[in-house]
Formats: sequence, structure tokens, C-alpha cells
Amino acid sequence: MAELRRTPLYDEHKDLGARLVDFAGYEMPVQYSGIKAEHEAVRTHAGLFDVSHMGEAVFRGPDAEAAVQRLVTRDVSRLDVGQAGYSVVCYEDGGTVDDVIVYRREDDFLIVVNASNREKDLAHFRENTEDLDVEVDDESDDWALLALQGPEAGQLLQGATDAELSDIKPFRFVEGEVAGAGALISRTGYTGEDGFELYVRPDDAPRIWRTLIEAGAVPAGLGARDTLRLEAGLCLYGNELDPETTPLEAGIGFAVHLDKEQEFIGQAALKDEKENGLRKKLVGFEMEGRGIARHDHEVTVDDETVGHVTSGTKSPTLDRAIGLALVDPGVEDRFEVVIRSNSVPAKTVPIPFYKRDRG
Amino acid sequence: MSVPEDLQYTKSHEWVRTEGDTATIGITDHAQEELGDVVFVELPDEGDTFDAGESFGTVESVKAVSDLYAPVGGEVVEVNSALEDAPEKINEDPYGEGWIVKLRTSGEADLLSAEEYEKVVEEEL
Repeated sequence: MAELRRTPLYDEHKDLGARLVDFAGYEMPVQYSGIKAEHEAVRTHAGLFDVSHMGEAVFRGPDAEAAVQRLVTRDVSRLDVGQAGYSVVCYEDGGTVDDVIVYRREDDFLIVVNASNREKDLAHFRENTEDLDVEVDDESDDWALLALQGPEAGQLLQGATDAELSDIKPFRFVEGEVAGAGALISRTGYTGEDGFELYVRPDDAPRIWRTLIEAGAVPAGLGARDTLRLEAGLCLYGNELDPETTPLEAGIGFAVHLDKEQEFIGQAALKDEKENGLRKKLVGFEMEGRGIARHDHEVTVDDETVGHVTSGTKSPTLDRAIGLALVDPGVEDRFEVVIRSNSVPAKTVPIPFYKRDRG
Repeated sequence: MSVPEDLQYTKSHEWVRTEGDTATIGITDHAQEELGDVVFVELPDEGDTFDAGESFGTVESVKAVSDLYAPVGGEVVEVNSALEDAPEKINEDPYGEGWIVKLRTSGEADLLSAEEYEKVVEEEL
């Protein structure tokens, strides 16, 4: 087996007694004190995640915008400098290569990709922009990424930065200093809470991490990150999204600008699917019988397979078993999930399962 | 990690307390620690019978599902139904309130002593 990679915060995780697991080739903290406690801390206070394994690709050159426009489903010409947008990268047939965040900076575009897709994405980006005057650099090893999430995230981070955080609206970012080190400070996240993501230099990451922990942030692992994102109804690549699933099917059509003037890869197929009807759809559900649905469990109606569970867990906030499933478009509000050969009833519920109170 | 001397154990991290022909079964402190927060326990029904080594239920944490294996063969005479509403008892008190089932045993069991179980855990780490 290949040696596992470590993030610049590995020693911090060790010191905090984290349980480390292999995630996308990285030795990552899955939990510190426990998934439920960390989940709760993010919903009620502030949690700090190391997500340095995420990949960063930078597009530079005269055709940088044209290249990004071709690769992603969102119309990035509508992004201001200092604005970010959730988007999807598709194949010609509309299937999903990855879901990403595009940051429009003064002179270039930064695209943040899933760790597990980094090499595939970079190859896809380069192959499909060879005719353009653009340089695509893999800067994944040049950045550490910390996510500070929760209702107290802003207050806590404000104590460590000169940037005026209240001026940063959701999906906006600034370049500033955190604990005296340069950082791209972005009001984004993957938990359903308010919060910030900090792109920093690897050497600075441990000091910033410790500053935020000392200020009261609770270290939170990938386990809590998964239950938080699922409650918030956010897709995870490999679960809700894959090459056989289009963004329309996965319910993220808001990130697909079908009317975009500059053509993007997959546009024709997605337009066609929209006109002719979806082949499957993503639904949220709650278990009515006892049991927890998990990824890949079969979904049935009258003993006939109509789809599969993409993600499922016991929701720490709601204390109910919830999940997402990709099912035939005709499926209505009730079905069964097959859990270890038992058919357990479930009913559909709106996504997201949890929505924060915006006061 | 706590491994009470008066109990017997399996390599699959169950503990057994034998009183006459009744065996009370749960998962060890080490097992609950490895699993993390237990959120769901699938229990058998009273009257179900199992052979030694057969799966009689599951314990789920937030992230993982783990099968429970009968350390001895027998018939289920009681299940800890309190776990349905409070599965966290398995984390909080694995050898006490976190017990899972009681079996009326049939036949011999091949179980480990506390000392032998500690060695099994050490080898895993």
C-alpha cells in the first residue's frame, strides 16, 4: 500500500488524541472527542476542521475565464472578483466529474476540488483546455485549508484577524491576515452553519489552528463533517454524485446555468435531460421503522427495486434516521429501504433536513 | 481500557457473564471505544435461537455497523430493550447497563479469559 499522506496539521491531531483514518490517501482525523459532541459543537458554538486534503487548481492566462467557463456548469462571468460559486464539472453525457467551488480572484481563478478526484480533475481540466492560452497549476500542496464553522465562528475568528468579517457576505472572500499570517478568508462551508474557510500556507497552518483552538473552537473531524453536511442536504461526491449521475438528477440544478452563452461540457446533454425528463431524482427521507439506512442500501416499492440510498445516518440534531436516495422519477412519498434483508418503511421529507435559524 | 477479571471474552470483542445456564452478553469496553458513539442496536427477539459464532444482531455507531456474534449457542431469554431508546448505554457502561442479551446456553463454549482477551487486543493495536 502506498504511504498515506499527512496534512500540515497532523501533529496537532495526534496531540489532541484524534482517531486517524485513511481518507482519499490522507491520514485524516475522523473524530476527537466523539462525532455527536463535535456535531453538536458546530451546531451551537464553533467547530474547527482540517480539510487540507482538498485540492486546489489555479487557472492563469488570457483564456483563464474561457477555460473555466468551458469546464463548469455555472456562468462564472457573473462572478465578481472576490466572489465564489458552487459548481459542477460534467462529462459530455452530463455525468458528474466533480463538484467544486470556483473562486474569482483579481488575476486568476481558483477551483477547489475533492481530494479523491484531484488527479482525475486536473487531467480533465488540462485535456479539455489544450487549445486555449491558459496554464492550469495543481497548487494542492501549497495550501492548507481550515474550516471554522458554527454560529460563533465569526465572533471567534474576528478576535484573530484584522479583516472586517461582517463585510464578507456568504460566498464572498477577502485576502487578509489570521494570527499574523496571510490567508484567503472565505465565507463558505459544508455544514449548514455560518462559517469561514481559511486557505493558508502549510507552514502557518499549525499556528492558526492553535490560535483558534485556544480561542475556544472545538476540533471536529470528518465524521461530524459528514453528519453535518447530510443534515444540511449537501451532496458528497461518490455518494450523491458520480459519473452515472447528472447534477440535475442530484438536485443541484441551481449550480447549472443551462442558458450560459459560452458552451460548457455536458450542456447539450443536460438541456436534453431537462426537456425530456429526469431519469432519476434525489429525494430526502426519514425512516419510519427501526433501522438506519446506509450508502448503497436498496430502495424498493412493492418489492421492486426503484433506486438506492446514497447517504444515510442517524441525525444527531433531529435524533432520527435520515437519508438521501436516488430513485426512479415516478417514486412518490413512501418506499422501503432494505437493511440487511429487512424491508423497513421510509417516507420522503424535504431537503434540507436541517436549516439554521438565521435570526 | 477496562477488562473485568470475572468475565469471559471472545475474539470478536463480546463479553460473557455465565450464571448457571444463563449467559449475559455485551460488547467490551475496547469494542465500544473503537466503534465510537453507538446510535442504534438491532436486537433479536426472545425465543430466537443461535449457534455459537452466529450473528444475533448489530451495533451501529454514527459511522460503522458491526455484527454481534453469539459467543455460545442458545435461546434468547431476555433482551435489553432499554437500548432501543438509549443505545449510548453501551458506551457509558458496557459491562453493566449496556448488556445486550441473555441466552439460555446449550453446549460448550470456547471462551477467552480476561488475560487472554487483553493479549488479543494488544495484538490488534
